[in-house]
Amino acid sequence: MAERASGAVIDCDIHNAPASEAALHAYLPASWRERRAATARLDAVWESQRETLGDRSYLGSEYPRATPRAARTDAWPPNGGPPASNLPFLREQLLDRYGVEYGVLTPMLGAGEQLDHESGAALATAINEWQIAEWLDPEPRLRASINVAYEDADLAAAEIHRVADDGRFAQVLLLIRTAEPLGRRKYWRLYEAALEHDLPVGIHFGGWGRGPITSAGYGSFYIEDTVGMATAFQEQVTSMVCEGIFQRFPELKIVLIEGGIAWLAPLMWRLDRAWKQLRAEIPHVDRLPSEIIREHFWVTTQPIEEPPRRQDWPALLEQIGMNDRIMFATDYPHWDFDAPDRALPSFVDADVRQAIMSENARALYRFDA
Amino acid sequence: MTEPLIDCEVQAVVQSIETLEPFLSSHWREVIATTQFKGPTDTPYPPALPTSRRPGLDDVDDRPPGATLASIRTQALDPLGTELGILTCAYGVESVRNPDAAAAIASAINDWLAADFLEPEARLRASISVPAQPAMAAEEIARVGADPRFVQVYLPVRSALPYGNRVWLPLLDAAVEHDLPLALHFGGSPGLPPTASGWPTYYVEEYADMATAFQSQLTSLIAEGAFDRFPGLRVVLAGSGFAWLPAWTWRFDKVWRGLRREVPWNTRSPSETVRDQVRVTLQPVDGPADPAALLTVIEQLGSDELLMFSSDFPRGHAEEGLDALPAGMPPDLRRAILSGNARAFYPRLGAGADG
Amino acid sequence: MPDGRHVVAHVDEIPPGSRKIVEVAGRSIGVFNVDGTFHALRNRCPHQGGPLCEGFLMSSLRSRGPGHYDHRPGETLVRCPWHGWEFDLRTGQSWFDPERTRVRSYRVSVENAGEPVPGPYVAENAGEPVPGPYVAERYGVTVEDSYVVVDLGR
Repeated sequence: MAERASGAVIDCDIHNAPASEAALHAYLPASWRERRAATARLDAVWESQRETLGDRSYLGSEYPRATPRAARTDAWPPNGGPPASNLPFLREQLLDRYGVEYGVLTPMLGAGEQLDHESGAALATAINEWQIAEWLDPEPRLRASINVAYEDADLAAAEIHRVADDGRFAQVLLLIRTAEPLGRRKYWRLYEAALEHDLPVGIHFGGWGRGPITSAGYGSFYIEDTVGMATAFQEQVTSMVCEGIFQRFPELKIVLIEGGIAWLAPLMWRLDRAWKQLRAEIPHVDRLPSEIIREHFWVTTQPIEEPPRRQDWPALLEQIGMNDRIMFATDYPHWDFDAPDRALPSFVDADVRQAIMSENARALYRFDA
Repeated sequence: MTEPLIDCEVQAVVQSIETLEPFLSSHWREVIATTQFKGPTDTPYPPALPTSRRPGLDDVDDRPPGATLASIRTQALDPLGTELGILTCAYGVESVRNPDAAAAIASAINDWLAADFLEPEARLRASISVPAQPAMAAEEIARVGADPRFVQVYLPVRSALPYGNRVWLPLLDAAVEHDLPLALHFGGSPGLPPTASGWPTYYVEEYADMATAFQSQLTSLIAEGAFDRFPGLRVVLAGSGFAWLPAWTWRFDKVWRGLRREVPWNTRSPSETVRDQVRVTLQPVDGPADPAALLTVIEQLGSDELLMFSSDFPRGHAEEGLDALPAGMPPDLRRAILSGNARAFYPRLGAGADG
Repeated sequence: MPDGRHVVAHVDEIPPGSRKIVEVAGRSIGVFNVDGTFHALRNRCPHQGGPLCEGFLMSSLRSRGPGHYDHRPGETLVRCPWHGWEFDLRTGQSWFDPERTRVRSYRVSVENAGEPVPGPYVAENAGEPVPGPYVAERYGVTVEDSYVVVDLGR
């Protein structure tokens, strides 16, 4: 049964996965394949990362999650392999079913979370080569994200420079929980490298922040972890604004992926008030944070919030004031997937709907490169 | 000023450990004298910032605003015609790792508040400071809890484990037994980074990031079933702002519908739980500057009973006192915020002029 | 065939512990056999239209307080494969409950060899859980001369 939306659909968050570890290993530089095979510790780390799909820190924080691999239970390909590992099934369940014009791949396979940054960089190379060979080459509707070992800006920059000439890479991909807040100096060279190729930087739900997700210690339940990821997004936007990276890099574009959207409005109000009172501490931030955010940030819809009353929706969009920056995403194959034909309320104004469902993404990403 | 007004947050400021020495034992006075122990020096309010000290407030008796009863009378209570003011004290007991020192300091704060503020000034009520060790916190609550002028338990919003975690049960138990709400307060120095991604560079980030601590604590208390285990548990968010609440609620409600199996003891949605058992002080107002837009946010909270007026004296905000309430607020809501909601929520304030 | 009643399978096609998704009069319907009792629900979650009947079957899980898990294998819920909303197979009612619009539910009867036999009726309000706001459409199921019959109702 097709559920095609009446207009164009661009999906800004698809989590493709390799069918097995061996499938990615084939793309590792040869020297790294030998090293991983020889070192049990690296394999154990690798296995743990694989099991959690990059959504979790792997130290000191394990929870049973909602479903196997946090995926829709109907997304397991009938011919085997984990969810989103089989291109024909992904076409059937997602691209064809919903008439998706373009889909942006955001594989989260732990490249940035490796404590061994060089190992992470090799893994990033493998992920990017795998995306090209098994997804971009056979499927013209797909675009990819450049995976990098983002905790080492030099290694990350090298990988960006290595692949960015392939115009099918739509952005650089980081995770929202990092070792330091993303405005800090250690990440500046990464932003520089992305900008040299005019690439946005996508920052996605997940990651290992070297500690608990809350500023009050570890939660006990997965529900806390998943609700709590919105706090990580808020804090990172705060950092990027307050550290003045948009004054330093006026062309920088940031895409916030899989954080939901509603928290943006109160964050902007809060930051504006804080800036008005405390701007002496950050003289390099020369205008209202809300202006900076509306100029430099894009945000994907999923998991889209569901306000209880009909009037809350237009009020929310007005409060956020980013109708030209909100971009639809399904988050296929995860369990909190948003369906293109159902996620946005039907009463959203048609122009706004189309902007969200496809046109904002079309304006941001280089789909026709 | 004729409107009844309850100020749910007036901050008593410990200028230095010397303020508390009269209330410490001879042993701890000797420790301080011979080690020059300064007590907790981490503060969520760097003293000279305009958010920490409202511009235009003078010293009183050569002491900073909030440090003396004279200041609180003349600078906080009198100008607003306050009927009742609830004292809080953001002195970082939780950062003192020696549990006995922490307990001694917490007791000293409570004895100082009682002697120097509550005794001479009938308009004042206070929050019980406690050490971060749950069993010892319960002891302090039991020690002080019989004094009806203490109306809540003060907890820093940043802690070593979120307050829904079962390690905190002795503290929650004691608070509920004494019919004392928990007040989660801006600040806290538990030794953990203020964000999910480590330590931010600037204070302005920490100031803004504190909202996420309140979000996380509420998430924990609800997920862990604290409000179901203790139907009498009440929680006040103090210094949290409130504009972030609708977005957080919508997210948590949505996720809960599909994940409720993980926390099957929850009989209510998160938003219902908040409406039933959580209240929020007014300052610092964190919503949009435009009054009509701010009224929209207040309306999106989904309940007229959530907000409770506070001055957050001596801290500085965009608007102070009654100016913090947006123009055009319906009179019933205004009355509820100014005093009605506090009267209804705090068991020890009760109905009537003097609680 | 009487109006609204449709044969969907031979009873042997849906042994206990199994299910079958069928197309009936333009509707996708999931037919479940739980320990010999048949249930049928609309295969479309009222939330975002997900394939509800492809989801895990879960046992009812209640709790009297934190740390307590009262797992009841005899009471079955189907959990939408997308966002995890759970629906009682017997009544089609969701587990969680703000007050919202209900989806119509249907009575069940069992018939044998063409003769009508009064069978177990499903109460429209099945006690716990309190009816939720989203009720998956539920259809009457009978076994008729070894065939499974879904009654789309009035």
